[in-house]
Amino acid sequence: MKLTAQEVEYVAHLARLEITPQEKEKFTAQLNDILLYIDKLNELDTKGVEPMSHAIGVTNAFREDKVAASIGTETTLANAPDARGEFFRVPKVIE
Amino acid sequence: MELYQSTIHELHDKIKEGKTTATEITKAVLQRIDTVEGKVHSYIRVMKDEALAAAAATDKEITKGNIKLLSGIPIALKDIVCTKGITTTCGSYILHNFVPPYDATVVEKLRAAGAIFVGKANMDEFAMGSSTETSYFGPTRNPWDLECIPGGSSGGSAAAVAADECVASIGSDTGGSIRQPAALCGIVGMKPTYGRVSRFGLIAFASSLDQIGPFTKDVEDCAIMMNVLAGYDPKESTSVNVEVPDYRQFVGRDIKGWKVGIPKEYFVEGIDPEVKAAIEEAIKTMEKCGAKSVEISLPHTQYCLAVYYIIAPAEASSNLARYDGVKYGFRAPAAELLDMYKKTRMQGFGAEVKRRIMIGTYALSAGYYDAYYKKASQVRALIKRDFEEAFKKCDVILTPTTPTPAFKIGEKTDNPLQMYLSDIFTISANLAGIPGISVLCGFTKIGLPVGAQFLAGHFQEGKLIQVASVFEKEAQSEKRRPKL
Repeated sequence: MKLTAQEVEYVAHLARLEITPQEKEKFTAQLNDILLYIDKLNELDTKGVEPMSHAIGVTNAFREDKVAASIGTETTLANAPDARGEFFRVPKVIE
Repeated sequence: MELYQSTIHELHDKIKEGKTTATEITKAVLQRIDTVEGKVHSYIRVMKDEALAAAAATDKEITKGNIKLLSGIPIALKDIVCTKGITTTCGSYILHNFVPPYDATVVEKLRAAGAIFVGKANMDEFAMGSSTETSYFGPTRNPWDLECIPGGSSGGSAAAVAADECVASIGSDTGGSIRQPAALCGIVGMKPTYGRVSRFGLIAFASSLDQIGPFTKDVEDCAIMMNVLAGYDPKESTSVNVEVPDYRQFVGRDIKGWKVGIPKEYFVEGIDPEVKAAIEEAIKTMEKCGAKSVEISLPHTQYCLAVYYIIAPAEASSNLARYDGVKYGFRAPAAELLDMYKKTRMQGFGAEVKRRIMIGTYALSAGYYDAYYKKASQVRALIKRDFEEAFKKCDVILTPTTPTPAFKIGEKTDNPLQMYLSDIFTISANLAGIPGISVLCGFTKIGLPVGAQFLAGHFQEGKLIQVASVFEKEAQSEKRRPKL
């Protein structure tokens, strides 16, 4: 086992996912299967190989720093589950 | 032949000759949707009123003599591309009520070319899947056998074309999500080079792999769609500013003297005998067309899937962090913020999405980055190098698109790893960033389509159009259609 049920719970917390006890059990088994399969990569010696970050080799793409029209507050807030005035509203963060 | 069965180029000619109108075509396709959608379920949303209004407006332009490349052509959009004012769900409950404030660049381009949007096509949730079974809105069925999956993740887009519920459609391909369903539904699907088509307005899954591309009824239509879709977009910094050729000029051009590479690693265990036989037949067809087949080696093929299942979930876990119930989409009520995040994501995402977020989060978490993401990115570099070496020896590569024909609904849902294996021949192109196309190359004894995949070097979509169009003409003497 590469991953214990306890670790699965910790990873779920990092991912901001609440999981049920049944999900925890299922995920522990399935994630272990997948990680075991992924272990295959350790057969390869990759010492000195530059990790690939971009398929085409494009580096930074800069544009001119110029003011352009934005979609505006009303449109931005139109999809918000909860909005008040010009703000997104969320449950209280600070005591 | 019915109007709804026609290709883009056939309809375009008819419109030009005044033999039909945008409204007539759109009505025919909407009628077809009414007839077969109950069986196939290609769509999350049919845009009937919008389509009829757009068709009427297009007809006014046509009478003024203003006929564009896609004037009056009914097109379906995978529900992962944003459409201004039209709900875009990505197949997920977490976005079931999301109405984008802008159009994706491909949507703008298609509309500017005269396309009529007839609906938003079904898909695996957040494009994570190979069967369209993970959609919150229920599975799509394969028009060739309603008991079978259409492939995925762009299964709705592929099934809609195969079932004549649209003339062409848009999909996205992160590990095979265009080519695999195209193969399983017996149509043409292309994944362009990474950076060839703008992804502005495409809901992100794995940003170093995602690419938008077309599904069509033939290769010439694929060339027409690519003429509309391809090109640099200042709004999308990974789109590449490389000149776009007229892809249509490659259609039917002969391939005498071409070398077609056959990677020996693609004909190993697990491949269905009927698929293998169809590809062997395809190799003979290529030789009949004047090409020469050469054996090549892509030595790191066996590692592609493992690399993919680190990189794609890692990037997804980061991309999907934005779904927190604050700015858009579904929110679960909770008294505290952290609780709200967790409950929103628990109730909003399906099992496969959660699984991938978990793998990705784990692979990127403290202490594991080097062992997983870095290692995978190094092997990815070796995979890309394999292709660079291979293309020194051949013009294009020919492989099966999928190891098996369409499988039964429910067959692989409980075994994620088995499901992942259905993308084993398509993933390498995403990792290397190269373009690929899938074309119909035959049928199994029970009548399921088999696809052949051609791969070429970066920005060589023209070569793919050329080889696939020649192959299509030689291989497909009879035009079969699914019986619905």
